[in-house]
Amino acid sequence: MHRRMLLAGAALLALPPARAGATKPEVAAAIQALTGGAKLRQGRIKLDIPLLVENGNAVAMTVSVPDAVSEAERIRSIHVFAEGNPNPNVINAFFGPRSGRPGLSTRIRLATSQTVIAVAACADGTFWTDSIELLVTLAACIDEI
Amino acid sequence: MARPLINAPKSVRRGEVFDIRILIAHPMESGQRRDDVGKPIPREIINRFVCTYGGEEVFRAEFFPAIAANPFLTFSVSAVESGVIVMTWTDDLGASQFESIEITVT
Amino acid sequence: MRAAALLALLLFAGPAVAQPRSGYWDAGPQVRAMQDDDTANPGFLWVEQGRAAWQAPPPGGKACAGCHGDIAAMRGVAARYPAADPASGAPVDLAGRINLCRAVNQSAPKLAREGAEMLALAAAIGVESRGLPQRIATDGPMASVIARGEALFRTRMGQLNLSCAQCHEARAGARLGGAVIPEGHANAYPEYRLEWQTIGSLARRIRACLTGVRAEPFAADAPEMLELEAWLALRGAGLPMETPGVRP
Ligand code: HEC
Ligand code: HEC
Repeated sequence: MHRRMLLAGAALLALPPARAGATKPEVAAAIQALTGGAKLRQGRIKLDIPLLVENGNAVAMTVSVPDAVSEAERIRSIHVFAEGNPNPNVINAFFGPRSGRPGLSTRIRLATSQTVIAVAACADGTFWTDSIELLVTLAACIDEI
Repeated sequence: MARPLINAPKSVRRGEVFDIRILIAHPMESGQRRDDVGKPIPREIINRFVCTYGGEEVFRAEFFPAIAANPFLTFSVSAVESGVIVMTWTDDLGASQFESIEITVT
Repeated sequence: MRAAALLALLLFAGPAVAQPRSGYWDAGPQVRAMQDDDTANPGFLWVEQGRAAWQAPPPGGKACAGCHGDIAAMRGVAARYPAADPASGAPVDLAGRINLCRAVNQSAPKLAREGAEMLALAAAIGVESRGLPQRIATDGPMASVIARGEALFRTRMGQLNLSCAQCHEARAGARLGGAVIPEGHANAYPEYRLEWQTIGSLARRIRACLTGVRAEPFAADAPEMLELEAWLALRGAGLPMETPGVRP
């Protein structure tokens, strides 16, 4: 427990602070509304999306919670934003007590190369984030519709 | 409209955490596309998905147009007792559909 | 013996690619993973719908199952289409064959080729052949259909003045924009394309390529479409069927 916190702290130092400055105002506002201004920390959740996307119409995405957390730290909700989409909201997911392992997989649309950001709200009032910057290549053949 | 495909174990041990996978036939029309004469195609998506287990909510999601056509979703559930798992989803027109599965907990 | 050797020559001299390579291998790992997992492959939504349609009688008619029994009896069928209809001798593709049964055996209206019910039935019949080698008849009325299909495949078309062969033989494996040009095989149809965000027929795929070279696409029921389909099936002979395939 203690060790993990330390590791999370170290990760914070190594990473650019929650992409401050880079986040689009729209997404920053949505995250602000979610967190009420509380600090976003790295850790607890992990976002997985391929770094190189063949077609932005259906991109596999997983948000997981790699390490067990205590009941008090339970992940209550996960929110995903795609900065480069016309509407940056992707999904808001809420987990009840019977959800054994909070997290989800789905397929999402990505309009262009961009950064995808996941934010988790925990029962202890903390907020955690992970993000991935990815490239989207497009299909070449033009279709009739 | 095609039936959804649901994948979940029929029987699990108490306390075990298991995955439910669901694939739903739906175009998830984003509202961003235009038809061949340039007219915008109105948004028509599934915007809400709820899963209950023994009547209690386990998982709920708000979908936005960024969820791909024919939505695919995996989430997990902790086996507590034998019972019914009900999944309900609602689209922009307010129409709801549901499917249920039974789970035996040993 | 001589005849067999000649047949082998005929079969294998045609395709420039001695060992055909499925478009599956030109798709990225995410797309392959989507095809490999039946619980994640969206094509199975249509397979399931097709299995239900197989059981459902049309008004006043007999269900497909009423004559053919379990759909498992369709194993191997999709792998040998296009084929000649034994009754009329006319070559048909699988969708054409299904519509023959609709008209002759069910007295029901034909299904639209790109409609959900046709794609669903074709996917459900196709999946029964998964893993079996694609192998169509080359004799009888099929011989000339295939020959015309190959000629078309090598004919330059459209404002870009390109033949199918120039991309799918000469430049197969090269990149066109973001996409790898596959050999252009027919073994995975009906196929779920991420670009379409739905399932579609081989004819729709061919039309997309024709539009790509700015050519006027053939109608879905034009003889040229069937000819191209037949040639594609022959040049991909031996490829395992993948229906319902997934491509970018
Ligand atoms: C009244 C009986 C009947 C019904 C109903 C019927 N079929 Fe058939 N079907 C046949 C017969 C007989 C043949 C063989 C035709 C021949 O060989 O001339 C056939 C052939 C076929 C074949 C080609 C099989 C092969 O080995 O090449 C397919 C595919 C097929 N049917 C699909 C369907 C589908 C799909 C339906 C429902 C939409 C259907 N059939 C309904 C009688 C029926
Ligand atoms: C300019 C190059 C080009 C030409 C000319 C062209 N195609 Fe294609 N074709 C492509 C590309 C690129 C793809 C793959 C597209 C993708 O995956 O986004 C493709 C895909 C296909 C596929 C799908 C293969 C699979 O695995 O599902 C078929 C079949 C096909 N083409 C047939 C044809 C036929 C028939 C013609 C001639 C009428 C033709 N193509 C002309 C570039 C071309």
